[in-house]
Order: sequence, then C-alpha cells, then structure tokens
Amino acid sequence: MLNWKTKEKIIKNILLFFAFSSILFLTGIIIVLFKEGAPIFSKVGILEFLFTSDWYPTYDPPGYGIFNLLSGSIVVTIGAMVIAVPFGVASAIHIAYILPKKFKNIVKPTIEMLAGVPSVIYGLFGMKILGPFLREVFGLPTGLTALNAMIMLGIMALPTIVSLAEDAITAVPQNFRDASLALGANRLETMFRVILPTASSGIVTAVILGMGRAIGETMTVLMVAGGASLFPSNILKPVRPMTATIAAEMGEAPVGSEHYQALFGIAIILFLITLIFNIFADFAQQRFKKKVSGE
Amino acid sequence: MSKINSFVVVLALLLVAVMPFSVMAQEELTIQGSSTVLPIAQKAAEVYMEQNSDVNISVRGGGSGNGIAALIDGAVDIADASRFVKQAEVQAAVENGIYPVPHRVAMDGIAVVVNPANSVEELSLEDIKSIYTGEATNWSEFGGPDMEIVVVSRDSSSGTFEVFNEITLGKERLTKAALLQASNGAVAGVVSDTEGAIGYVGLGYLSDSLKAVKVNGVLPSNATVASGEFPIARPLFMFTDGWPEGLTARFINFILSAEGQALVKEQGFVPLH
Repeated sequence: MLNWKTKEKIIKNILLFFAFSSILFLTGIIIVLFKEGAPIFSKVGILEFLFTSDWYPTYDPPGYGIFNLLSGSIVVTIGAMVIAVPFGVASAIHIAYILPKKFKNIVKPTIEMLAGVPSVIYGLFGMKILGPFLREVFGLPTGLTALNAMIMLGIMALPTIVSLAEDAITAVPQNFRDASLALGANRLETMFRVILPTASSGIVTAVILGMGRAIGETMTVLMVAGGASLFPSNILKPVRPMTATIAAEMGEAPVGSEHYQALFGIAIILFLITLIFNIFADFAQQRFKKKVSGE
Repeated sequence: MSKINSFVVVLALLLVAVMPFSVMAQEELTIQGSSTVLPIAQKAAEVYMEQNSDVNISVRGGGSGNGIAALIDGAVDIADASRFVKQAEVQAAVENGIYPVPHRVAMDGIAVVVNPANSVEELSLEDIKSIYTGEATNWSEFGGPDMEIVVVSRDSSSGTFEVFNEITLGKERLTKAALLQASNGAVAGVVSDTEGAIGYVGLGYLSDSLKAVKVNGVLPSNATVASGEFPIARPLFMFTDGWPEGLTARFINFILSAEGQALVKEQGFVPLH
C-alpha cells in the first residue's frame, strides 16, 4: 500500500492537473487554430483576406476575402447592442433600485433563465415568427435579414447584460447613495449623477461580455440572418456573419485544403476579436473594483 | 518516484481499455471520397456490417479528388467519386500499378423549386443561370408576378451546390445576394416560407410545400433523372483497383442489389433500377 504522504502527493497532483486543465485546453485551441489557419494568411495575404469581399472558396480561381462576412458580424453585433443595452441597463436599474426585494428574487432569476434557452430555439423563433412578421411589416421579399439577427441576438445578450449590470449597480456602496441624498439630491439625480457613473465601468464590462456573446453566436445567425455574403449596407437585407460561414462550410471542406485553412483563418479572426473583448471587459472590471473600494 | 508509478498505472489501464479493439481479427474495407456519395456509402456500410458481424468497413469523406488520390496510393479499397476519373489521375494510377474501375452506384438529380404560390412553371437552363448569377432579379421576366426573386442556394462546399453550379452556372460566379443555407432541408424550409424564392434540392426533398419547375421542358422525377432526360443530374461512382474481388466485390454487389438501391433511394438519391 502507498503511505499517506505519497497518497497526498498523488491527490495534489491530480488536483493541480484539473486546475490547470482549462489553461491547457485554451493553449490547445490556440495551437490548433493557428496551425490549421495561419497558412492561409501567407497564401492569400492578411490584408487581402481581411479587406477584399469575394468569398468564393470553392471556385477556380478561389476568392478568400472575408470583408463582407466580417462586417456582417460587426454590424449585427452593434445592432444587437443598440437593442440590448437600453433594455438591459434600464432593467438592471429597475431591479437594483426600484423593485422591492421580494420581487427582485423572482425577476432576476427569470431573466437569467433566458440565458439557458438553447440558441436553436431562438433560431426557430426568429425564422418562423419574427421573420414572417418583419417581411409583412416592411414589405420585404424575405424576413431573414440582418435586422432579424440583431433582434434575436439582442434578446440573447440581454440576460448577460442585465445580470452583470445589476451586480455592478448593487455593488455601489450604500454610503455613496446616502451621501448624495443627504446633500439634497433627489433619487433621479442620485441615480444618474452618482450611482451610474460609479457603476459605469461595471456596466461597460456587462456590455462587452454581451457583445462577446452576440458576435460568437452561431446557430441563431445561421438560421435567421439569411446567409447572403452581401456588404451590410441595409439592415433589411440578408447578411452572412463569420460564425455562420464556418458552421455551414466546415463539414464538407476537405481537411487541409485552402478552403479549410480559410475557415480556420476566420476562426482566428473571431478568436482575436473575442479575446480583445475579454481583455477590455477585464480591464473595465478592475477599474470598477478600484472605484467602489474607494481608492 | 511515486509520480512515475502513477503514470505507469494510468498507461497500463489505457492499454487494457484499448486492447479488445485491436485483437479482434476482422475483414477490413476502407472507403474514402466524395461527400455526396458519403451518405450512400455510410448507410450501406452500416447495414452491411449489421448483417455481417465479421466485417469492419470504415467510411470517410474528404472529396472525390482525395478519394481517388487515396486509391492511387493504395490506401483505400474503394474511392467514392461524384465525377469521372480524370486523365491525369488514370496516368498516375497506372504508373503506380493501380487500375481504377468505375462502378456507377446511383444517380444524383437536383430539382429547381419555387414557392407553390409562384405561377412560374418552367425555366430554361439559361433562365436559371441568369437568376443565379444575379442578372435577372424579378419574376416578371419569366412570365411570373412582379415580385423580387429571392435566390436561395446551398453553401459552396456542399456536393449539391457543386453539381448545380457545374451544370447551370458553368464557370460563372453565384450572386452574392444568394441566401446560403446549410442543408437541403433548410433550403426547402426557406423556399416554402418565402413567396419569391427559388432554390434547389435533391429529389428526396420534394414535397407539397415546394413546386418543382420544369427545366428545359422536363419535370424532375426518378424516371427522368435515371433516363438522363432531366438536365441537372449526374451519375455517382465508386472506383476500385481492378475488377473487385472478395469483400470489395461483395460490398459493391450489395449496393447494386435491390436492397442496396433501396438504401440509395432512402438517402435521397435516384436508384439505378
């Protein structure tokens, strides 16, 4: 039998392995992404890849320009935020400051449940209900448009934004509020001049993480965005975000081919964008922590 | 020391877990190639393995070119292909002592479909080309209502797209305004929901919620595809090295049998008989 010292050592090492496994996975993902995708940048040229708009990967000669796909992703994400931020922040303020505590304990978990709805269900809703509705309202040939994707992604990003923004607002110390009220400010002034500015970097974190959710979402946009690789100059036209392109084409792209590498190239761009989002979110979070701790 | 010991234990356990798979001796058949033929090969392999438990068939996609290349290298027994072998490939094969023999296993036909509310009944290949390149954008140009055409296509890596594109567009590029859908089912869904839509699906996906148009005057059906009258169709092949023997021959015979051809039909392709 092993003595207790070796046993302890083994257990320690196992725990260490599990603790570091997520870092291991991340490293693995980065290595694979760049190993499979980087060759396309040298073949096509990174500027060509990013800033030309002919995505014809299976033609001869092929076109590997993702500009329309990239701008599709960006426009849809911005649109989703235009919808989600006002709703999200307003709900967060309401839940944090106006709603009585007993309702708050019902409302907040309910909103958070939105996050648990599988994305394919949002996709179905957008395809079968919102799509025909938009087509009727705007008299469009098809309701599968950038606007449809924006609305669906906006709803999907809401729980992230509400939940994190509410946490940020609640985290503003009670004495900030007391001090403001004691100085004669009314509740509205306290909210907009004291609480929100203090919580702002926390809210920014919430919004950035919501953006990360929106830009990375795949199934929903594959189903509702229409999938035309047009430049998104009109939100009532179909678009084709990067994630939808990867999901639709990866299954049948021959392994190791240029098309396959180009899809991994898109994945690298997507990964870098979300990485930047996360770094900014983390940065804003640090600032927020400093602010509320009163340093 | 203890670290090394636990590592050895884990390795040993892994070996024990993997062992049973490698010791059971089985007859092996490897198939690689076209992703269009993949569902046929996969389904046939599944059924064949169910009936013959001593046989192990592994099926991979990767495209016709990769499949034929693997056959030339002697790495696989059967290469699936959605096109005929090219002259350059035959030469490379012969230099390697391999003689690719084609076996036609199914026909692949693609119906052009519109929404049932659309009054257009017939299009020529030229009309379809001008719609899919984006030249024509309104149904009134083809005797239909004054309605914008919503072009629906499969994503460019699918086999269905490949055939459709080759036969209708030739070398020209698909319009960027085309709505790219990831499956035959998705195309059917969008076309049945969108009044002005045009799309194309495998014959297996035709239903009451879609209207197949006549192409060059011919309605798509199993009969017109099998006879070659319907223009958007092609044969699907399996290539073997020389005339097949043993398991390879038995498997190809199985696909060509009535039972195998029923599976072909089940996968949405047109059977040979």
